[in-house]
Amino acid sequence: MTTTTTAETATTPETTTPEPTTAVVDAKTKTLLRFATAGSVDDGKSTLVGRLLHDAKAILADQLEAVTATSRERGFLGGEFDFALLTDGLRAEREQGITIDVAYRYFATDRRSFILADCPGHVQYTRNMVTGATTADAVVVLIDARNRPTEQTRRHLTVVSRLGIRHVIIAVNKIDLLDYDQTAIEAVEREVADIAAEVGLESPHIIPMSALAGDNIATTSDNTPWYQGPALLDLLETLPSKDEDTADLEPFRLDVQTVLRPQGGLAPGLDADDFRDYRAVAGQITSGRVSLGDEIDVHPAGIRTRVTGIDTADGPLQTAGAPQSVALRLADDIDTARGTVIAGAGTLPPARKELRAEVFPFTSEGLRTGDRVLVKTGTTTVKGIVTIETKRNLATAQTEAAEVLAGNDIGQATVKLSAELPVADFRAHGSAGAFVIIDPQSGNTLAAGIHTPEETA
Amino acid sequence: MSIDHAPRTQTGQTAQSAQATEAAQTTPNAATALSTLDVLESEAIHIIREVAAEFEKPVLLFSGGKDSVTVLHLAAKAFWPAKIPFGLLHVDTGHNFPEIIRFRDETAQRFGLDLTVAKVQDYIDDGRLRERPDGTRNTLQTQPLLDAIADGGFDAVFGGARRDEDKARAKERILSLRDEFGGWNPSNQRPELWNIYNGRHLPGEHVRVFPISNFTELDVWSYIARENIDLPELYFAHEREVFNRDNMWWATGEFSVPREDEDVIRRTVRYRTVGDMSCTGAVESDAADFDSILAEVAATTVTERGATRADDRISAAAMEDRKKDGYF
Repeated sequence: MTTTTTAETATTPETTTPEPTTAVVDAKTKTLLRFATAGSVDDGKSTLVGRLLHDAKAILADQLEAVTATSRERGFLGGEFDFALLTDGLRAEREQGITIDVAYRYFATDRRSFILADCPGHVQYTRNMVTGATTADAVVVLIDARNRPTEQTRRHLTVVSRLGIRHVIIAVNKIDLLDYDQTAIEAVEREVADIAAEVGLESPHIIPMSALAGDNIATTSDNTPWYQGPALLDLLETLPSKDEDTADLEPFRLDVQTVLRPQGGLAPGLDADDFRDYRAVAGQITSGRVSLGDEIDVHPAGIRTRVTGIDTADGPLQTAGAPQSVALRLADDIDTARGTVIAGAGTLPPARKELRAEVFPFTSEGLRTGDRVLVKTGTTTVKGIVTIETKRNLATAQTEAAEVLAGNDIGQATVKLSAELPVADFRAHGSAGAFVIIDPQSGNTLAAGIHTPEETA
Repeated sequence: MSIDHAPRTQTGQTAQSAQATEAAQTTPNAATALSTLDVLESEAIHIIREVAAEFEKPVLLFSGGKDSVTVLHLAAKAFWPAKIPFGLLHVDTGHNFPEIIRFRDETAQRFGLDLTVAKVQDYIDDGRLRERPDGTRNTLQTQPLLDAIADGGFDAVFGGARRDEDKARAKERILSLRDEFGGWNPSNQRPELWNIYNGRHLPGEHVRVFPISNFTELDVWSYIARENIDLPELYFAHEREVFNRDNMWWATGEFSVPREDEDVIRRTVRYRTVGDMSCTGAVESDAADFDSILAEVAATTVTERGATRADDRISAAAMEDRKKDGYF
């Protein structure tokens, strides 16, 4: 091609043109893993992200050339390479040398596609971490092996623990600067494992690594012969995603987005006679799996019926599971609309007018007892009134009574709702128990919340 | 598309035994695992349905380019067997390839959708906009776009932008709030949590919606190939008269005239992106069908915008600056 750039002329060994990936078409068959990275400013997170993208050959020559040129301008001498330039997308970020917002990165190996949410750790860390983590199957928390776990590490681990992230990977980074000393590195690992246990993380994966030197990233390193676990990329390639883990175990649930009735206008090419009485409820399966003929319960109609069709534009299915978007035809002509919840027979959570929740406020106003808000969960938005119960002290892992939560605090609250909703227990069923708190006047998102009825304040 | 197909497997794909066997060996729980394309498709359909249900008057920005063609295809799948419940909007710079304009009109007709066209040329003719010295009309699209959004009363505007295209786009939310001036405020974006989207906005504000945010260029091509989606012929290798400038091949035409020292030759080329004739270059390629395009995209060493878009070579923040001003 005539558009080849001049990246080959760059001096650093990092800047050779990547080999063409062998992952040709396999988005068709490959599975997807979404993960987030979190760490403090000096933990080497940008280097790790840059290293992963580089080792997975996801950095193209013109991107590499631009970064190499800027690295040189910034005084990175001798071919050193400022990986952060790859991920800091906004002008203010490059000018101030900080990362402001979550950046999404994409790469694929021969085995899997990845979406990486790169979450800055220092500014508005809860807002950014929660944004990146709520869609993640796994979270990588970085620590600098020299500095040991910090206050910030404890905060990051607390957030991932409270948000119920399935797979937590603690990257003990910069082990090259400890001269790969097993005793020193294992001491740090024990310390961080203790903190993880304290904040309720049962079995995090702990990987000693050097993102800069490439130890235990793409392949296990000869510098750490005593480390028996997988390299980071190996682990990411084999961890089951949320839906792979749960689609067959969780009860079926679908929150109705819209009702499809072509009487108002049929897609071109279809015969009106075939669709005269067609009516289906459309939505994305939140959890579990549904098959033709399954009995289901419908909220708020309070009726049990059967699934007579699982439709997609490609034709009907016998069975479908989370997170597929489908349209369901039901045996009985019952009242359904946006906000209707459909669940496997006998599995619908009790409708409740009050949520007992853990909340994560984001804005500088925080969240106060008495706040009148909007609560959006699934495909329903209702009014709510907040009562703050406790605040979690992130330094001590203790909770204390509170009436106000500031932005980036975490606390427990009750939220009274204007209508009864079948919100699930987040600890047991994940996102079916998640909600968002919205300012009714500005429309801004004030907080994330999870319904945790079993946890007392 | 019809509902009397034989039932399929849960992934909605036809069986591909060799690849399926490979997937079974490499995925943790292949019995229930959806492929990346299935997950991305379901996510996009969910987003499109959410926005259609919650907004008064959405519209889909349709340029005839592969990304907006993909969004349109996903919209058709989201509402099947009903018709897509919103229309199309195109900002015509006046420098478009004639093939693209033809494809745009045919597509709107095929889907039975209203098409609003905002013309940059009208603004130049009556003096509201002035031609730039470099001749590019890319940045001139913003005002006609914002006027068309206001005149149409559109409160949600679907676009085909992807996060892998550009560093600024990598930070943009799927639902991205625009102020009264159409501007994007990157340092104060709403957190986007689980799959619960907050599209609330004040009068005068609107929301841009990017359902294929999480598709990569390769995903888009894989998806187009899998779904056998109609595309403009410019994307496939064809012979045409071109000249070389700044390491890109330019089609000769009214809006891209070779200088005296630039030789016009016939080459087999194709386009990786389709923008204005005055700012979009072609790449030399023999890829004339989906399979060879997929192989080419997978093996490429240059981003699509870096390869073929003069407008994005201006500065590291070119895209961010245009977005702050209300650009796509």
